[in-house]
Amino acid sequence: MMKVALIGLGSVGKGVAGMLAKKDLGITITGIADSKSGCMDPNGLDIADLLLNKTKNGYCGDLKISASDVIAKADYDALIEVTPTNALTGEPALGYIKTALMRKKHVVTSNKGPIALAYKELHALAVKKGVNLRYEATVAGAIPIMHTLEHGLAGNEILALYGVLNGTCNYILTRMAAEGLTYEQALMEARELGYAEADPTYDVQGIDAAIKLVILANTIWGNGKRLADVDRTGIDLLTPDAMRLADDEGCTIRLIAEAIPRKQILRVSPRIIGKNHPLVVDGTLNALTLETDMAKEITLIGRGAGSTETASAIIGDLLFIKDRYVQRA
Amino acid sequence: MTGDLVQVSMKLEMKDSPGQLVAALKPISDVGGNIIVVIHQREPDLDGDTLNVQIVLELPEGQLEKLVALLKEQGVHIQRIGKERLLYKRTVIMIGHLIHTDLPDTIDQIDSTGFAEVCELAMSMPAVNERSSSRLTIKAVSKGDMEAALAILRRVSKQKSLLLIEPLEEIA
Repeated sequence: MMKVALIGLGSVGKGVAGMLAKKDLGITITGIADSKSGCMDPNGLDIADLLLNKTKNGYCGDLKISASDVIAKADYDALIEVTPTNALTGEPALGYIKTALMRKKHVVTSNKGPIALAYKELHALAVKKGVNLRYEATVAGAIPIMHTLEHGLAGNEILALYGVLNGTCNYILTRMAAEGLTYEQALMEARELGYAEADPTYDVQGIDAAIKLVILANTIWGNGKRLADVDRTGIDLLTPDAMRLADDEGCTIRLIAEAIPRKQILRVSPRIIGKNHPLVVDGTLNALTLETDMAKEITLIGRGAGSTETASAIIGDLLFIKDRYVQRA
Repeated sequence: MTGDLVQVSMKLEMKDSPGQLVAALKPISDVGGNIIVVIHQREPDLDGDTLNVQIVLELPEGQLEKLVALLKEQGVHIQRIGKERLLYKRTVIMIGHLIHTDLPDTIDQIDSTGFAEVCELAMSMPAVNERSSSRLTIKAVSKGDMEAALAILRRVSKQKSLLLIEPLEEIA
């Protein structure tokens, strides 16, 4: 049985907790915390009970116990860090992750901030402490891109990558192309469906996609790229006329994240793309094409967000750690 | 322009003597054709007095046979004729105040390079003071020239605050 501490009980945290309670995966939650409270028990917590508390009171555990307490004191093998992303400082997640690594605990996170900002440092710390830091869920939701890179494509040289990494933008562009909607109309629709935030800046200006691109670039090439290195253009100035002009040529427009080290390209921008191109996926789907020396081109398509979908990526990371490192009976 | 133009690429071999190239190209204008590009190829394994030239031209439909005959009269050996496009073609979309930012100048910045040109323009202007959208098709001689042409467009777009949407490069 592997013991885990879960920090963050938003949509992703609830998805992970729910699936761990439902499936018999040999993983027990021994610590849990949301933004207000925490709870620990080395013998395992009653997840259903805690989730019910959360729904009823808005917090899950004891108000006197903080996330930091759980991370520093609970008995666990791996920390699941799924608090909200802060793209500027990475905090408080960055501190949480460091604390756990210092305690020689494995870390699984869906949090883009710390990985995009401090991957090198965190990776080095994990190696030094002999533990694993995994972040499959940070990029492209349920698509197992990190596992594919690390295992399936092991030994390949990755020459380039192209991706549709932001579901909000892809939804808006899909609707503009299909229905001739203006950007504003499509954005409003996306908001109503819960695909866009009240302040959509982070998505529509390509910041989210750029952060994911930075994470991928650092993972693949270890080139120390940062958000500021990404040449970034958003989708908020696109017109229905532009969509139609592309359509006339059998093409459409999608927000593409692109990294080609040999050409020094690291870019997120709306691009004209043939409608039958494998990266042209509909709605909130994500897609990634890798160009490699041996396998040539490989395209992965899947859901980029969602509670259970993201839980899939996190649980994949947890089970990898369990199989590889944790020998508890 | 009346009548359809066809685009033809040719590889020509001629004597490398003064005035020969100009004489060889004259028949093209005689048949109403328009030279788009001329590429010299000095192949080291050829002996010194032979010149190899690759040309791309547009000419009125039905004039190709006449051109071939005229070229032969000039002593030019035609190694290969292709109607296939030797040119690189890319389509971009530009959004913004295209007219107020001097669209002819934007186009001229490409056309004046000599290695690339805007060969098609489609535009949509919803209302005065609203941003318009345009689709430009650019032809260039080589991949490198196309890159250079796109780099010019990127620079011009930045200067004029236009949104440039480039095609996703085919995966190499």
